[in-house]
Amino acid sequence: MTEKTKVRGLGRREFLATGAAALGVGLTGFPAVLRAQPAAVKLGLIHPVTGFVAFSGTQCREGALMAIADINAAGGIKSLGGAKLEAVLGDSQGKPDLGAAEVTKMVEAGVDGIVAGYSSAISLATSQEAAKSNTPHIVDVGVSDQIVQRGLANTFRFAPGYGSIAKFAVDNLGGLNQLTDSPAKTAMIIHEESLFGTGTAELLAKELPGKGIEVIDVIKHANPTRDFTNIVLQIKSKKPDLIIPANYYNEYVLFARTLRQQRVEAKGIYSVLGGAASNYQFVKEFPEAAEFIMDCNHWFNPKSEVALARKAAAEAKGLFYTYEVFLTYNAVLAYADAVERAGSTDKAAVNEALANSTLDMSFMPYGPTQMINGQNMGAKAVNTQVLKGEIEVIFPQEFASAMPVFPMNG
Amino acid sequence: MPDLAIILPSLLNGLTTGALYALVALGLTLIYGVLHIINFAHGALLMIGLYAVYFLNARFGIDPYVALLIVPPALFALGYALQRGIITRAGHGRDENILLVTLGLSIVIENLALFAFRSDTRTVDTPYSFEIVEVLGAFLPLPKVVAFFGALVTAALLWGLMAKTDLGRAIRALAKERKGAKLVGINTEHVYAMSFGLGVGCLGVAACLLLPSYYVTPQVGHGFVLIAFTIVVLGGMGSFVGALVGGLIIGVVEALGGLFLGESLGQIGIFLIFILVLIFRPTGLLGHKV
Repeated sequence: MTEKTKVRGLGRREFLATGAAALGVGLTGFPAVLRAQPAAVKLGLIHPVTGFVAFSGTQCREGALMAIADINAAGGIKSLGGAKLEAVLGDSQGKPDLGAAEVTKMVEAGVDGIVAGYSSAISLATSQEAAKSNTPHIVDVGVSDQIVQRGLANTFRFAPGYGSIAKFAVDNLGGLNQLTDSPAKTAMIIHEESLFGTGTAELLAKELPGKGIEVIDVIKHANPTRDFTNIVLQIKSKKPDLIIPANYYNEYVLFARTLRQQRVEAKGIYSVLGGAASNYQFVKEFPEAAEFIMDCNHWFNPKSEVALARKAAAEAKGLFYTYEVFLTYNAVLAYADAVERAGSTDKAAVNEALANSTLDMSFMPYGPTQMINGQNMGAKAVNTQVLKGEIEVIFPQEFASAMPVFPMNG
Repeated sequence: MPDLAIILPSLLNGLTTGALYALVALGLTLIYGVLHIINFAHGALLMIGLYAVYFLNARFGIDPYVALLIVPPALFALGYALQRGIITRAGHGRDENILLVTLGLSIVIENLALFAFRSDTRTVDTPYSFEIVEVLGAFLPLPKVVAFFGALVTAALLWGLMAKTDLGRAIRALAKERKGAKLVGINTEHVYAMSFGLGVGCLGVAACLLLPSYYVTPQVGHGFVLIAFTIVVLGGMGSFVGALVGGLIIGVVEALGGLFLGESLGQIGIFLIFILVLIFRPTGLLGHKV
């Protein structure tokens, strides 16, 4: 379709002549003006902003947009003459195939990099699709170890994967057990059915016996699960010392409410990558159900002024400062840092810069950034516990804001 | 093999959960079972009801059970308006058109909700959210017990309305013989809209009784739509008692299936029962040939 344009007061020839003259003057007379407006760096953000994990996906998007706004406000990508980051938004609807389709569309539309896709399954699909065009792809939240074990040169993750988180969780559980006269000896794992829950549960079931904790049952549930009473009744009948949930927010809320309704007593509820125990919304809305719940999860450094300022900024926007927000923020930051160092949006150059990233992430409880096969080996999780309605870091010591309460029933 | 001691609590819990399903299905059995409108917007309309209950509680402190006086009539009015203003006009009396219109409505409603309310999970915390009723050693959450009796009362009221009132007779006449109903002077458009309104109003009741033990997001209806259709067919199209019985059966099968087969595999019990009923009693448990 062609669009006819009328240029009032000028004939077609005059208009073309004037335009050509203006262009000539512009190119020769004002090169600095043209250079002052470098092309924007297009960053694709693909998240499940509709569908069963829409809350988390929306949080991710908000975190990414906050980072883009901050980077642009600070002058953009300086090595590209102050180029601004421009968000290109995509919705995976919680489905890996749709996530991959969004990548295809975005690559065809000329995005320079991609940050995606919240869940492990979606991240696997989006990064694989992006690999076909070598488009730099940073996984924001997806925790599956497979994501960085496929040898994809374009795929990077700055947050820890579930392998290291599960090991950290198990080690700390061993440590907690040593602190008490009444150690936990049995556990039940309740996990959601996708790659995240299943993978985490498998790792825990394998590692916990090594710490003297017998896993008496592992229960998998669907997303969504409308009612958790059945699962909780099974927990009640088997009386585990520890209940270990690994699921998304909505299911976590129903599960925690049902635990309380059914008056389940355990020595501890120890979530691993729990969808709610490290979530301010859950703690605010269910202070009693949340009290004493422990989690092993992504968290910011509570002693970092930068982290606290970002938290305050997110809350000022009406957001709960969940890990989705700050992990996606970090992913965008890492991408911008790579483009800055590469001095180019050339995909191979940015991938190389990402692979050699030494980004200072002291606003997280991370050691120095060190990328091996696309995974930041310096990334670490922390242990949190809800105490008196606050989410406190209880381990590692250097970031701890409170002492753990274990067993939770005294 | 599960512990025998939890079979009875699981059974009772299945009944209370089933009552919640039945509440959602009651409206559908009127719309789908009687009027043969395949209402894909049923879940989206339930979501509207849940948000209404949530905001009445969050903004004005109105208890979800007090909201029973406000939300069902409001949803009735919405249903009436939707039927007369959109579904009848866009459907042109053709089933496939109506199906697509309701599907489109559900997409529009969900996306509007996403735009207006964001995707946050919202819950209400009432003083009785964690109260329990002990029955034969089983702890039943009070909101679910209330929902159980609410489903019984709603089904009885609908049955009474259909059996004893002029509107009910008009709806039944319309369902059986549309042309005949027109010939005897029934205002078919009004009766259709009243029926649709009543069906959506039932969702208002379901929303008030559901929210104290559940949550609301723009996508919350998805988890209930398929099960509601299953219940309507299982119970017998158009039978309110059938919807109630079907809901309770589904709740119990889901609970016991989860217990014996595992939470993931347990769901297939629902559809096995459904297929068996279709094979051996195609009209549903309490349905009859028209």
